[in-house]
Amino acid sequence: MNATPKPTNGSWSPSLVAFFCNWCTYTAADLAGVSRMKYAPNIRTIRLMCSGRVDPQFILDAFSKGADGVLIGGCHPNDCHYAEGNYKCLRRFRLIKRMVADLGIEEQRLRLEWISAAEGEKVKTVVNEMVDQLKALGPLGIPKQFAEWDAEMTRLEHAAQTSQSAESEVAHA
Amino acid sequence: MPKPKIGIYWCASCGGCEEAVVDLAEDILGVVEKVDIMFWPCAMDFKKADVEAMPDKSLVATLLNGAIRSSEQEEMAHMLRRKSKYMIAYGSCACTGGIPALANQFPREQILRYVYEESPTTVNEAKTRPQLKFAEAGREVTLPELRNVVRSLDQVVDVDYYIPGCPPTPKITKAAIGALLEGRMPPKGSVLSPDVALCEECSRRDSKPTNVAFTEFKRTHQKHLDPQLCFLAQGVICMGAATRQGCGAQCPSGNMPCTGCFGGTDRVKDQGAKALSSFCANIAAKEADEIDQTLKGIPDPVGTFYRYGLAKSLLRRKAGLPMSNGK
Repeated sequence: MNATPKPTNGSWSPSLVAFFCNWCTYTAADLAGVSRMKYAPNIRTIRLMCSGRVDPQFILDAFSKGADGVLIGGCHPNDCHYAEGNYKCLRRFRLIKRMVADLGIEEQRLRLEWISAAEGEKVKTVVNEMVDQLKALGPLGIPKQFAEWDAEMTRLEHAAQTSQSAESEVAHA
Repeated sequence: MPKPKIGIYWCASCGGCEEAVVDLAEDILGVVEKVDIMFWPCAMDFKKADVEAMPDKSLVATLLNGAIRSSEQEEMAHMLRRKSKYMIAYGSCACTGGIPALANQFPREQILRYVYEESPTTVNEAKTRPQLKFAEAGREVTLPELRNVVRSLDQVVDVDYYIPGCPPTPKITKAAIGALLEGRMPPKGSVLSPDVALCEECSRRDSKPTNVAFTEFKRTHQKHLDPQLCFLAQGVICMGAATRQGCGAQCPSGNMPCTGCFGGTDRVKDQGAKALSSFCANIAAKEADEIDQTLKGIPDPVGTFYRYGLAKSLLRRKAGLPMSNGK
């Protein structure tokens, strides 16, 4: 999965990865679509059977692969198709939100919303609001950081090899 | 037939891994009988130049412990990689960053300032810091440079095998050396420890509750720990379920919960996220406020879940920290 959207006219535009549950929020997004509601095209939706399936690894993976924000959508409390899945999601969310903040990722980049199948309008509002917030925050740019760290290593490897060959030349002279 | 040659080296580590080699006790004699240790700065008097003079790939294996966080450690890792047929990451720090990788939460400048100026036991009114170069009496001496990022060994050089643990136990060390000598090595990139969660070999396993329903989390100093009961049943964070076995459940046997030093199993991409997932999902509360109340018992999630693995976690380091040296 590559979360980085293609740059439009060279200008940056945020990438929002969304994990929507099959029974409520994904259906709501579908409703927003058939109702021809317009919302920001920055969202990349991944459909899961339940918000309880959102493994915290998915969230970190999305950020590490270039997402500027992650949105999770599930059924309202007491409405989960699997009875308890959304509670599991909420409990994980409360701590992962704190943990990603400790790791330097701004709070507004990770959001959980309960959106029922009838709430197409809410999908539109939440996505637009979050994309606006991400635009204000600017790029998170974790892949760029990884590339910088790796480049430091490549430079050193090159330097080590150069000094090695210089040494062997001296030895042979 | 000449004996196979091995090297043992340390980078950013505490010395515990060297101790673990010594912990082979009388078995080390068997090892020394079968191999020549060509390089082990902690215990033997061979110099870097001795190894550099050896032909490439002349060591069968180097067991390298410690994370990589200075220019010298990088250089040594590259040199030993060239000289060794197998590069083996030995111990948590080399495998996943270990305790030193917790420094990936802070900018380098903050670490240096604290260590050389602000720590309560430091007296340094002139605010002297180590310099990369220093000339005295016409001679120039140099020191390695501290990098911004703490790295696992495989983020610096190609690694063939991993022996995890803080430190690795004599049992898995012996098994790995035996496999190496007999040419029974698994596919490249394998972790040389069973790919099963620690709970499987834990003596408290039978008391692991099927429905945990945490109402509070207690840290080990806040509670009188029952010596037999599963830590999860006591509301204590035990990383066993998210950690690879191979240590023989030493910590739970000593009445301390697992802190996760062997890393996750092969199926797990990010041990910390997986542990967090499991603990949180099993909280009893359903309302955000009550959940937060329970979660107050985990004041430092990064330090709890990534104690040994921040460098190899999905995010590797705190985002947005300065990168270029000198800033």
